[in-house]
Amino acid sequence: MGMTMTEKVLARHAGRKSAVPGDNIWVDVDILMTHDVCGPGTIGIFRKQFGPAAKVWDREKVVIIPDHYIFTNDQHAHRNIDVLRTFVKEQDLPYYYDVGTDKYKGVCHIALPEEGHTRPGEVLFGTDSHTCTAGAFGEFATGIGNTDAALIMGIGKLWVKVPETMRFEFEGPLPPYLMAKDLILHIIGDIGVDGATYRAMEFAGDGVMSLSIEERMTLCNMVIEAGGKNGIIPTDAVTEQFVKSKTAKPYQPVADDPDARFHSVRRYKTADIQPTVAKPHSPDNRGTARECKGTKLDRAYIGSCTGGKLNDFVAAAKILKGHQVLADTYIVPATTEVAKGLATTKLDGQTLAEIFQNAGAKISQGASCAACLGGPSDTFGRLNKSEVCISTTNRNFPGRMGSKTAKVYLASPYTVAASAIRGEITDPREFL
Amino acid sequence: MQDIIKGAAYVLGDNIDTDQIIPAKHLVYSLSDPEERKLYGKYALSGVPDAAAGLPQGNVRFVPENDHRSPFQIIIGGKNFGCGSSREHAPEAMQIAGIQAVVAESYARIFYRNSVDGGFFVPFEATQRLVGEVTTGDDLEIDVPKGTLTNRTSGKIYSLRPLGDVLEIVKAGGVFAYARQAGFLKS
Repeated sequence: MGMTMTEKVLARHAGRKSAVPGDNIWVDVDILMTHDVCGPGTIGIFRKQFGPAAKVWDREKVVIIPDHYIFTNDQHAHRNIDVLRTFVKEQDLPYYYDVGTDKYKGVCHIALPEEGHTRPGEVLFGTDSHTCTAGAFGEFATGIGNTDAALIMGIGKLWVKVPETMRFEFEGPLPPYLMAKDLILHIIGDIGVDGATYRAMEFAGDGVMSLSIEERMTLCNMVIEAGGKNGIIPTDAVTEQFVKSKTAKPYQPVADDPDARFHSVRRYKTADIQPTVAKPHSPDNRGTARECKGTKLDRAYIGSCTGGKLNDFVAAAKILKGHQVLADTYIVPATTEVAKGLATTKLDGQTLAEIFQNAGAKISQGASCAACLGGPSDTFGRLNKSEVCISTTNRNFPGRMGSKTAKVYLASPYTVAASAIRGEITDPREFL
Repeated sequence: MQDIIKGAAYVLGDNIDTDQIIPAKHLVYSLSDPEERKLYGKYALSGVPDAAAGLPQGNVRFVPENDHRSPFQIIIGGKNFGCGSSREHAPEAMQIAGIQAVVAESYARIFYRNSVDGGFFVPFEATQRLVGEVTTGDDLEIDVPKGTLTNRTSGKIYSLRPLGDVLEIVKAGGVFAYARQAGFLKS
């Protein structure tokens, strides 16, 4: 019987010829990623279970990327970075991107591919639910807790229940006013925040394959908001070109078998999709930007693993150029590489950073997760009262960006930028 | 795993995400330090909007002020309990506050997995919606071998879904014990 991409990757890593949805199998792990929020807990369990002198199973396969609580005065947060440093030194880990050094990166899900740690056909686990972002590279990638991560640290394996695959096909290239964020918000609106629970979400069709690698990452990033276990996109020349530019390590891509079996197949025409928003307080509370026109905003936020990549800022800058924002607008590059891009990428002779400054937006001095998940109360852009915010981030459950009385609308960088200018939710077609 | 789990009910609605279970600003405390970890109990479920905290009436504190233990031992949840982030601090905070079981209509998979693999408590699935059936403060009893939940306050009995694949891990007491049984770790 034919297998899907997800089934094939898992079967290969379990040393089996095949894997069937529902099978519980132990898989070999290619990369384990952790960060400053879950790393200390993981390290604590690792030491407790394997002993104080234990070594990680493979120092080349453990990647530690502090990114969550970096630019804060919170002393507990600083202590947690120290825990990571001590562990990295003791284990002599080569892939640690320390705060305050030239190696510092920022948001782990964007840093992983930039540093060549995402490769087709591999298995990646990370102590963060948005680890699924890496499915854009044709690999199995999912989020786990501290205990599972500590087990992997010691033995390099984890049990996995093989998921069924839901396939989402998009026909036609994206119209100029749409972004991948609109597609994924549209899907989540269709299937709900638990519509893909225990399942893989595979994205395909010429609409998906025409997307840049960054846009593909946005699609896979938010599968967790539909409850999905992993997102995955077929490997093509776009994937290979990106991966080969970042790493010389060999990899083995997988493809769906012609007779692969899917849980379901949904087909969309991209031309039928509108600029989409998720209204408070759930990612599946779908509306269109047009329907929400007139909703007053205190704040606009552009950043995070979902909407803080260079292409997201290029999109926002296209709309913001030559305008002033009415809503308080916060710009947070996901990584230091993206931050450099803001200073060097130009639109009509102006850098993105200049465009944002001229529009009256505030630009974060550091790359990190910042206010996407609230964080310590001095976090840049955090919603500390009952503000209404439109954001390129991924979640809008109560309290996600700080105060539980704040209201968050999720949208694409185009829609967020257009809405920032007007101070109310605005369809980006009014500016494009 | 105990055969009988008894306790007072704390009822929540649908899509209780991990930011409501333990707001992100609290994720900085050490889980290894015996004193500091109590803070997770103190702030467990503190992100739930007041009106939705302890249904049906709401405005019921899960943990009393200046305490880290809850007077409630069993959570009744709706659909997609524990959705959101992969933070294991979420089930652990609930355990530190004294939660012994959750009975929900359905779970987000990472939270479910973390509850089982970390051995924090057993996440049971009900065969029907219990939000609206059970009132916060009701006296509950779960009979694990029988697969039933008895509401001793109302006298009603509800059935629970079998634990299925994860039963072996639950029985072992978590994924480390399970991995030892599978021969992946020396005991």
